[in-house]
Amino acid sequence: MEKKEFEPKIIAFVCNWCTYAGADLTGTSRMKYASNVRVVRFPCTGRIDFMLLLKAFAEGADGIIVSGCHPNDCHYTAGNFHARRRWMVLRGLMDFLGIDIRRIRFSWVSAGEGAKWAQLVNEHVETVRELGPYENYKKAAEYLKEGMYNG
Amino acid sequence: MSKIGVFVCHCGENIGGTVDCEKVAQEAAKIPGVEVSTDYKYMCSDPGQTIIKNAIKEKGLDGVVVAACSPRMHESTFRAACAEACLNPYMCEIANIREHCSWVHEKGEATTQKALDLVRMQVEKVKKDLPLSTIKVPVTKKALVIGGGIAGIQAALDIANAGHKVILVEKEPSIGGHMAQLSETFPTLDCSQCILTPRMVEVAQHPNITLYTYAEVEGLEGFIGNFTARIRLKARSVDLEKCTGCGMCTTKCPTKKVPSEFNALMGLRTAIYVPSPQSVPNKPTIDKEHCVYYKTGKCKLCEKVCPTGAITFDAPDEIITEEVGAVVVCTGFDVAPTSEFSEYGYGRYKDVITGLQFERLASASGPTMGEIRRPSDGTVPKKIVFIACAGSRDAAKGRPYCSKICCMYTAKHAMLYQHKVHDGESYVFYMDIRAGGKNYDEFVRRAIEEDGVNYIRGRVARVYERDGKLIVKGVDTLLGGEQVEIEADMVVLATAGVANKGAEDLAQKLHISYDKYNFFAEAHPKLKPVETNTAGIFLAGACQSPKDIPDTVAAASGAAVKVAALFSKDQLLREPVVAVVNRMPPPVFSTCVGCSLCVDICPYSAITMENIKDRAGNVIKTVASINPGLCQGCGTCVAFCRSKSIDLQGFSNEEMYSSVMAALHE
Repeated sequence: MEKKEFEPKIIAFVCNWCTYAGADLTGTSRMKYASNVRVVRFPCTGRIDFMLLLKAFAEGADGIIVSGCHPNDCHYTAGNFHARRRWMVLRGLMDFLGIDIRRIRFSWVSAGEGAKWAQLVNEHVETVRELGPYENYKKAAEYLKEGMYNG
Repeated sequence: MSKIGVFVCHCGENIGGTVDCEKVAQEAAKIPGVEVSTDYKYMCSDPGQTIIKNAIKEKGLDGVVVAACSPRMHESTFRAACAEACLNPYMCEIANIREHCSWVHEKGEATTQKALDLVRMQVEKVKKDLPLSTIKVPVTKKALVIGGGIAGIQAALDIANAGHKVILVEKEPSIGGHMAQLSETFPTLDCSQCILTPRMVEVAQHPNITLYTYAEVEGLEGFIGNFTARIRLKARSVDLEKCTGCGMCTTKCPTKKVPSEFNALMGLRTAIYVPSPQSVPNKPTIDKEHCVYYKTGKCKLCEKVCPTGAITFDAPDEIITEEVGAVVVCTGFDVAPTSEFSEYGYGRYKDVITGLQFERLASASGPTMGEIRRPSDGTVPKKIVFIACAGSRDAAKGRPYCSKICCMYTAKHAMLYQHKVHDGESYVFYMDIRAGGKNYDEFVRRAIEEDGVNYIRGRVARVYERDGKLIVKGVDTLLGGEQVEIEADMVVLATAGVANKGAEDLAQKLHISYDKYNFFAEAHPKLKPVETNTAGIFLAGACQSPKDIPDTVAAASGAAVKVAALFSKDQLLREPVVAVVNRMPPPVFSTCVGCSLCVDICPYSAITMENIKDRAGNVIKTVASINPGLCQGCGTCVAFCRSKSIDLQGFSNEEMYSSVMAALHE
């Protein structure tokens, strides 16, 4: 019997004003995309603490999308710039932790870019499918549970 | 233990056709804490809402999850229903299983599973939700209208007549916009200036309207009901208080050959000029780019002849601030750049002109006093070709949209031409005739049947010159693609309507969304056509998409009503989605360590440092404090806070972590 294809779990952290609305437009335009993604709505990408992203990995996410308004289009003036800067830092940390940075996709999708959202999800699902399931963080969590580091 | 109700909507076939709603409801019932879980055909309908309200009352629910369309659509509907049943409205969350699930995935197990996951995420979020209450803020009952075309004029007059103060800002020296440039208007052929200029004068004289011409909005801060606008009053080098508009300066100005913008570059004006005789205010402005004094430091002829000493060469730009409660954006449109039409010879041949230029030729106040004459030699063209869809509905030019007004104005142009040149022949090359609107199709039929305009269905491949004639080569697709060649004296391009040059910049200053063509985006294409996604900012007219005059006026009045409704209250209720710094009993007071990082990054300057004092007045601790009136709830400070002392109501850390975890665990 053929082995069932790996279906990655993707969590998308998006802002309410641009990308969430863009993803709504994808729906209103009835464009189809992979169903692996679960969208979590935030007021702004500036709100997205990267502890949340690491938590998602720890809880078994295989890939993450972070998307907000294009530069200069932020509903709150500059939240997306803060998010971008934070992402530059997180990238280094992820590298250090041994998480493949390709598992996070950072993008800008405006309220008018329904097609871009569908494409973004599809591309990321394919990227993560190729990378395979993400298990390292889970293993670390299990070690912790077993008391490996408790002395 | 929480008591949560899950209500799954079928939305007719929209959700029910792809997602097994019954199964979602059954499975959701198994989630710990879910007291009741049910599905219904239309949750947003009256009976649907009654199901929710009854469940809240009968089961004593303390949280509600509605699995339906986007929260951007019906969140407020369901929250209001919860409030009616005495449940705090912020204890209601929406799982978006339509736009994010049923509409974008194929029918199947995975889609139903996703819907269930989305429901679970919201159930876990609702468990952590806290009851919130709305925030009251005062409203400044003064509106800012940006753009003084017909849209801005209509909006300003309607708001002013409703009894509110209005500030109208126009970037050109006169209000009137494109409508002032038009000759006659379809479908009634009434003179554009005759119907517009009385309104322009009314604006200038209205006691509730403050008019700033030759001014631009530099920035907008604040939020609905409480905006602060910075307006740059560009130095026009003429003191409007002193100037009487006698016109001495314009007659004496030595620089007489500046192409007139008002005449779409068809006529000439002086360097100190009034755009048109009907301008409001009817007082001149010095064009610094062409004025001899600004170029060489000599001349000042206008200053010498001015009887009132109104010329002020050295006056700088002035920046003023205005407090306003609402903004209406009416910045209009532009015609497509001329460089785009090389195949039609635009720019190469003087007798290939745009529709707007034809308007000026046909206008009684235009450079030819309303006679149709060729720009090259001033003769009356005997054969004229109109090319519709020049730049519109053309994916190759990056503009697949229809400019909407061209079919009608092309019919009008052809008709005006036939009325003015009785022995002339006119041809219209068109793709389709889109004449939807009251009396519109009848108007086009009249042009064809009564005025004998020749309509040829087909596109023009190229226009070139031969023996002083413009050769128009095209096809007639109704004759099976037969080649057509017309020797014309003049060619008029129905150029596409495009967004204004500064539209993107302005949108960024106002924090409103725009589409890929730089037209401003409405909050909802059908149900919120004049609202933007930013509360308190409204749209009217062609800055949103190409629009004709009736649609523009309707939109402007619509936006004005929205503003008047906003101003009908003294206080505004705002969503309590604001950041709060935690406070706790002594000796901790707050986990905030007072690093003041949040103070610097807050885009609204809503955070200040507050001293906690003992009874003797000694400072025990300094912590951050957030003004809920200024906070807009972006949450940037929450992510920045190093000690995790700030949280965002409605999107708190607990809520978001629970939601993320629920997405990953069954």
